[in-house]
Amino acid sequence: MSKKEWPLWEVFIRSKAGLNHKHVGSLRAADAEMAIDNARDVYTRRSEGISIWVVPSAQITASDPTDADALFEPANTKIYRHPTFYDVPDGISHM
Amino acid sequence: MVKDLSIQELEERFQEKINKDIKIEPNDWMPDDYRQTLIRQISQHAHSEIVGMLPEGNWITRAPNLRRKAVLLAKVQDEAGHGLYLYSAAETLGADREETIDDLHSGKAKYSSIFNYPTLTWADMGAIGWLVDGAAIMNQVPLCRCSYGPYARAMVRVCKEESFHQRQGFEIMAHLAQGSPEQKAMAQDALNRFWWPALMMFGPNDAESKHTLQSMKWKIKRHTNDELRQQFVDVTVPQAEMIGLTIPDKDLKFNEKTGHYEFGEINWDEFWNVVKGNGPCNKDRVETRRKAKENGAWVREAALAYSEKRQNRKSA
Amino acid sequence: MNKELFEYVLRVGDDSLILGQRLSEWCGHGPILEEDIALTNIALDLIGQATNLFEYASQIEGGKRSADQLAFLRFDREYRNLLLVEQPNGDFGDTIMRQFLFDAFRKPFFERLTFCTDMQLSGIAEKSLKETKYHLKHSSEWVIRLGDGTEESHNRIQNSLDSLWRYTDELFFENDVDASLLNEYHLPILSDVKQEWIKNVENVLNEATLTIPNNNWQFKGGREGLHSEHLGKILAEMQYMQRAYPNMEW
Repeated sequence: MSKKEWPLWEVFIRSKAGLNHKHVGSLRAADAEMAIDNARDVYTRRSEGISIWVVPSAQITASDPTDADALFEPANTKIYRHPTFYDVPDGISHM
Repeated sequence: MVKDLSIQELEERFQEKINKDIKIEPNDWMPDDYRQTLIRQISQHAHSEIVGMLPEGNWITRAPNLRRKAVLLAKVQDEAGHGLYLYSAAETLGADREETIDDLHSGKAKYSSIFNYPTLTWADMGAIGWLVDGAAIMNQVPLCRCSYGPYARAMVRVCKEESFHQRQGFEIMAHLAQGSPEQKAMAQDALNRFWWPALMMFGPNDAESKHTLQSMKWKIKRHTNDELRQQFVDVTVPQAEMIGLTIPDKDLKFNEKTGHYEFGEINWDEFWNVVKGNGPCNKDRVETRRKAKENGAWVREAALAYSEKRQNRKSA
Repeated sequence: MNKELFEYVLRVGDDSLILGQRLSEWCGHGPILEEDIALTNIALDLIGQATNLFEYASQIEGGKRSADQLAFLRFDREYRNLLLVEQPNGDFGDTIMRQFLFDAFRKPFFERLTFCTDMQLSGIAEKSLKETKYHLKHSSEWVIRLGDGTEESHNRIQNSLDSLWRYTDELFFENDVDASLLNEYHLPILSDVKQEWIKNVENVLNEATLTIPNNNWQFKGGREGLHSEHLGKILAEMQYMQRAYPNMEW
């Protein structure tokens, strides 16, 4: 018996029109069509979606968690990117 | 950076994160024991879902009407889905799914021993949904807050889907309990056979449970076995009374002072024997799963071979 | 009551019920978890179709028997399903080939049934058609994978085709029931369905590198209640509760 397994796929589902596809989990499938079929059967049994993306898990490049400080902390001090940073006098609307 | 920290410092930082209720994600540093504990627990949980399909699957083709047939089929199918979510969560820790499954088939890995009891009548579908799923939910709800992200997320999904499982079981039991004398007797008999095994599902008493303390410190587990068992008894006894069935425990009584039910001694000898493989169905259950995998080997190989052929054709 | 229409609805319902029952035997035994879930989904669709159809049949009969009584309490000779759907699951290839030959019939059948002048029946056909399109996609893909997969899978599924082919003429069997309803209700003309069926079947088998067997000896009888030995055993299991505990609610 061959030890080779079906590759792992990551599944993304758009739950309704206007929303992003969101990662919901993974599954095994021999090919892309099967991955779509399986995602439909495994992750949308309760009408959870209207569109499915599948991506071979091996194709995903992830950031290294040990780099998290370097990658994400610098943004924390740039509070001027947020609208609440600015004072707007009372009585001004539509801004 | 990581390399500069000693294991002890890493462990301290890890525990600090846990204490602050920050979830651990797959690529984060984690102590080896944490990883192994999770792999063991998640894969056992996954195996329980999959082996758990069999006792109920036993009655799908004999379900008494169309509605019950569809509901039972959907329920058992959900369990396959839950097994899959859980195997996927275990895979994020580096536990290959097929190898994990092979451990089940070789007897190396355990699963919930309740599924080693036979389903003898239709009422057992009610008893399993009501008691077994009820006990499972009690275990699983706190796991939605487990410190390991992928496990917690899988459990959120599982709990959401499982809310109908217990209800459909209770509905079957309530229906039988209000039915003909044969039906009522069938329901009582199922309760008699599944009550004690259901209490055993929470595992050994706290004093005997070797993993509990560490698991609680790591927030893999949030309550002890005995706490959950007590909670289960407290909510289930009034439900049985409501539908006119009797819990098969002569020592059962409500303690006004504590507000809890006191219940009889569990037969731990039976528990450990079933865990060790001496239950009525252990051999059949594992053998059935092993056969399903073996009989499907040519199918899985064929699908892979076809996919490779097609890719070669594309690139040619 | 319209006896012919009743009979016609039962036919379609029995096909769904018996195949759904067969597929549900797979639950817990599939070749891989994902496919276990997929087969169960198809079984659920079929049992849902059967429920809708028996409810309608019960209505045509004037409520004499409920949908459940129609499903669970008729005798062997009163079932009107195709011989194909009662054949045993065998290995996964047998199940998939049986499914494919049936789905390839059901899709053009339901497509035409949506135009039938009976609103209830056309409504059921519309819902069932959506399900069937997916079933056919699923079974066609698998026939191709297995046919064009490994040598072993090719041989196995070719064998499945060889042993199931003899039940395919029956898909297009017509008798007085059809003749009396056809014009009034605008029902599918099965010779048209057959043309589309054979085209689709040939395409998929071709892609799967499979060959239609030379032996074209065909069986029929299901539509008139003459079944294989398998149906009796299916019913013994399926009807067990209703027979052992008559007149009870579950």
